[in-house]
Amino acid sequence: MSMRTVVIASRTGLHARPAALFVKAASEQGVPVRIRVGEGKAVPAASMLAVLSLGAGHGTEVTLEADGPGADDALDALAALLARDLDAEETSDA
Amino acid sequence: MPDTLRGIGVSPGLAAGPVARMSPPPSLPERRAVADPEREVAVAAGALRAAESRLRERAAAATGAARDVLDAQAMIAADPTLLDGVTARVKDGADAPHALRETFDEHRRTLEGLGGYLAERAADLDDIAHRAIAAALGVPMPGVPSPGHPFVLVADDLAPADTATLDPRSVLALVTERGGPTSHTAILARSLGLPAVVGCAGALDVADGETVTVDGTTGQVCAGVTEDEAARVRERAEAELARLAGGKGPGRTADGHPVDLMLNIGSAADLAGVDLTDVAGVGLFRTEFLFLDRHDAPDLEEQVAAYTEAFALFERGTIVVRTLDAGADKPLPFLGLPDEPNPALGVRGLRVARDRPEILATQLEAIAIAAERTAADVWVMAPMVSTRAEAGEFAARARDHGLATAGVMIEVPAAALRAARFLDVVDFLSIGTNDLSQYTLAADRQAGGLADLLDPWQPALLDLIGRCAAAGKASGRSVGVCGEAAADPLLAPVLAGLGITKLSMSPRALPAVRASLAEHTLADCERLAARALETDDAAEARAAVLTTT
Repeated sequence: MSMRTVVIASRTGLHARPAALFVKAASEQGVPVRIRVGEGKAVPAASMLAVLSLGAGHGTEVTLEADGPGADDALDALAALLARDLDAEETSDA
Repeated sequence: MPDTLRGIGVSPGLAAGPVARMSPPPSLPERRAVADPEREVAVAAGALRAAESRLRERAAAATGAARDVLDAQAMIAADPTLLDGVTARVKDGADAPHALRETFDEHRRTLEGLGGYLAERAADLDDIAHRAIAAALGVPMPGVPSPGHPFVLVADDLAPADTATLDPRSVLALVTERGGPTSHTAILARSLGLPAVVGCAGALDVADGETVTVDGTTGQVCAGVTEDEAARVRERAEAELARLAGGKGPGRTADGHPVDLMLNIGSAADLAGVDLTDVAGVGLFRTEFLFLDRHDAPDLEEQVAAYTEAFALFERGTIVVRTLDAGADKPLPFLGLPDEPNPALGVRGLRVARDRPEILATQLEAIAIAAERTAADVWVMAPMVSTRAEAGEFAARARDHGLATAGVMIEVPAAALRAARFLDVVDFLSIGTNDLSQYTLAADRQAGGLADLLDPWQPALLDLIGRCAAAGKASGRSVGVCGEAAADPLLAPVLAGLGITKLSMSPRALPAVRASLAEHTLADCERLAARALETDDAAEARAAVLTTT
């Protein structure tokens, strides 16, 4: 199993817009990705309800997990996303 | 011949346009036996997709924070765990609407169990559930309609969730069948500057698309008007707006007695696009936004940056900063406060500093540093103060940090009654009428059915305001009002007559308050205040002032 640990950089934490961006990206990966806080239960990263229920705030350390081919690429992409302050980035009007 | 409906005018102004009615939330029919589970799952899945796509449409039409909230809601509707839950329940024999209801309820309980911010988000799930259930039943989805052109919104009553994404550019006026002068609808309409009529029986009988005229002062709503009549009302509305916009200069009565007009803001962003000419400053800078949705308190540097940004926008005026107003009623995870059986009477506002003095110390230091970096005249005040000792201690701490002007909010009757003695130890008072009415009339602000008791026109509340203002006059210190009451143009001369020297409100409310003050001399204001105090309830007080004006 591949894992990445990353600190949530978004100012409001993994809520609202940052959560929506993360869940969307997670559901677009070719492999199922799970996310957990500390040693808590890992939940599907493609589930908005599950991700919100983590209650991960700014500065919270989360761990991403996935198995199989493509797992490492998926985790790298998602970890990089969480390490950005998504609140500071303008909403694209596209 | 147009039909005339009558309600209570709660937000002045004229409007004319086609009606769009709000659909009520769907009611669940009796359970029915499911013959074809696969088809039932398909119905539920289609309903969730319909809810998602409607939320996406709404998000595309919204901007800023509202858009983010709606996007997040759309993603919840699309959440595969919802469909899993629905599928499992259909297999157990539930029909699509009940399977949806039970699945949403389960997730709602989970979020509520997590407490704090997430518990508040639990209510958002209801909105998605109502949409999906309506789609499964084949009835219109509830919520604010979006007919694609400007409209007069007609509803039974409006809840905060309904209006979070209300776009003041597409809504011309609000008309509700229920509600009173202090209902959510009234407060919202005043903050958006929209004409509004509440308690208007028969409003929901007007068909969608029919043109109506709305007069938010008299409470008159006319249905079935011709296009000519509508055009005339629009012309009058524009002339009235031009008259208010033409009102220039600082706040003062007809005979030149000054009443400072100030703004309530939550962050620097609230001042974007606002004409600050003739505005005396910010009467209430709420600092909660920095603290929401996070697990740790913002550090000194982050706070300094945010305060500096706001102060820099108002370098020629006064900015009154309220220190963190949180507690069991507005929970913040990092405060680690226990649940309280009666949070409105619990550890909130300044009381949080009893256990966590370092949060207040950091905040005062950040405000002092930001004040030093800008030319703004920065005042600081504490919320939820009950005793003179609390007031004095807060002022001493503020001065220790180099903040010269320190005051307190008056929200607790105990503080209002002792205002004169408070003014020995603080530099100014600012009356938060929303909380002061809740505590004076012993009526929960969250309890919709008690709106009449929470009315800022309650004579007991006016008595307390008058007592504070008199103490201010005697000591030569400033006593302002920064609650909902300050935004009511009819109440403004009464407050001035009681001796209030500062009124702080949302930017949209300011022109009407300025115009209202300018129509009365100080002697008129004092006479109106005396009339209001001679009455025995809010409706009587309002009527007495209306007939005297």
